[in-house]
Amino acid sequence: MRSEIYELRFEISDLKLRYGPLQSEIRNSQFEIPRMPAPTLTTRIAVAERPADTPAARTGAAAKISVRNLNFFYGKTQALHDVSLEIPERIVMAFIGPSGCGKSTLLRTLNRMNDVIPATRVEGEVIMDGRDIYEAGTDVVDLRRKVGMVFQKSNPFPKTIFDNVAYGLRINRLAKTKSELADRVEQALNDAALWSEVKDRLHTSALSLSGGQQQRLCIARALAVRPEVVLMDEPASALDPIATSKIEELIVDLKKRYTIVIVTHNMQQAARVSDTTAFFLLGKLIEVNSTEKMFTNPTEKLTEDYITGRFG
Amino acid sequence: MTTLTALCTLVAVGILLIILIYIALQGIGSLSFRFLVDSPRPVGEGGGIGNAISGTLVLLGLSAAIGLPFGIAVGIYLSEFGSGKFGSLVRFLTDTLTGIPSIVTGVFVYTIVVVPLKHFSALAGGIALALIMVPIVARTTEEMIKLVPHSLREGALALGAPQWRTTLGVVIPAAASGIATGAMLAIARISGETAPLLFTAFGSRFFSYYLDQPIASLTVQIYNYAISPYDEWHAQAWAATLVLMTMILSINIVVRFFTRKRF
Repeated sequence: MRSEIYELRFEISDLKLRYGPLQSEIRNSQFEIPRMPAPTLTTRIAVAERPADTPAARTGAAAKISVRNLNFFYGKTQALHDVSLEIPERIVMAFIGPSGCGKSTLLRTLNRMNDVIPATRVEGEVIMDGRDIYEAGTDVVDLRRKVGMVFQKSNPFPKTIFDNVAYGLRINRLAKTKSELADRVEQALNDAALWSEVKDRLHTSALSLSGGQQQRLCIARALAVRPEVVLMDEPASALDPIATSKIEELIVDLKKRYTIVIVTHNMQQAARVSDTTAFFLLGKLIEVNSTEKMFTNPTEKLTEDYITGRFG
Repeated sequence: MTTLTALCTLVAVGILLIILIYIALQGIGSLSFRFLVDSPRPVGEGGGIGNAISGTLVLLGLSAAIGLPFGIAVGIYLSEFGSGKFGSLVRFLTDTLTGIPSIVTGVFVYTIVVVPLKHFSALAGGIALALIMVPIVARTTEEMIKLVPHSLREGALALGAPQWRTTLGVVIPAAASGIATGAMLAIARISGETAPLLFTAFGSRFFSYYLDQPIASLTVQIYNYAISPYDEWHAQAWAATLVLMTMILSINIVVRFFTRKRF
């Protein structure tokens, strides 16, 4: 199914390559001619063949997080305009859009990481499990334990591999005994598909790992505290294709237990790993739809233009 | 352009080398094991600088014990909470403090410590040296902490660590070797100070480990011997200078070693 989407994407870009010059020629000739219908035609057929019971197609799944009328400001600059969005439970949702469109900002409002940046302001609500996380008296520490985060650049602490994964467990006092701590570290490393590679050198520096391993270590570190939601901010953008595919497999695997929100610049990646995709432009949510629909037959013309590479 | 800058570099390095070689040549003659461990004797009877070496070490230890915690704490404050107006005020004041002539620091400590206690003392010397250390250590600590990537902080915060735990458990350990380097350089810097000790530790001709008593130091001993009219003491002053230079040089080499290990 996924590879089908993938092939389609190539087909679309291929068509674009072939007809792109022609199209601009036609545009330049001042005649009103309807836009290339070919890609849409092919993809519509593909969509019709798709079974309707994929997780993404399931509607009415309980929303883990509801963002309601969210506005976000860096000083006087407004980065998010009136964003409303439901993030269903146990699903991978991808945020796509050009740089500076607010997708990372939105991601960081979900665990209040923007609080760290001075002179920022939030309006609106982010409801998680029935409570607004921005309401007074929210325990930010507890929130961040429930909503883990993996960053664009892997950021292992300059400690041993073991201590990196154990960090969240220690500060949150989640393991009562040493053996429990060791068990949970092992489990987290297993979940992040890293255990077999590091089990013989748990007590060496995390900085000795390769880039891809470091990023999986950061994922293990986030998973160790057993979060409910995992936020990923372009987790594979600094990695080579092999490390990237490992991370992507991992994301698909983790979906069984976690709600995952991933920001990505790579649209193939969004198509490969996500069930639902949200497209942002200039701080506004343009469209949110099942990934299949988004990449084959988007509702909004702006989305289609972006996905087919007409801008951005 | 290249020629001019190269010439200036040669002159600067050359002068440094000449100083080092000249001190070594002048000092090596009077250097002996007895000289390093004995206390001073009257003119004509030899004697050594053992008391000055031990006194310098006591003073350095004392000033490090007072100055390092303060300096590091100020540095942490500046880097973590010093973004506002108060922070820039503190930063400006520490920079000004770095520029205060050390003799002024000596006179100041004389007034607030020596006069009330009615005693020159090792403690007063240690405080004077610590005052010189604090701004240096504070600024290097701040710079080193600022070098820690912001992503590390975010990583810890995202795991639910409160700010103070992030700072203590992640940021400072990451900057530790840099902070240690700054501390060692500050110690090297103050180990050559004479002026702030003249009115505080004063100097002594005996081994002393009492903090409320005057104490000898290499720099003050060099000063006293150098202004004396005796050739023998002049020679001893040269030898003591060689010992002091070696001490400072070895601290710098140790620092080099540690900074190299980081990369």
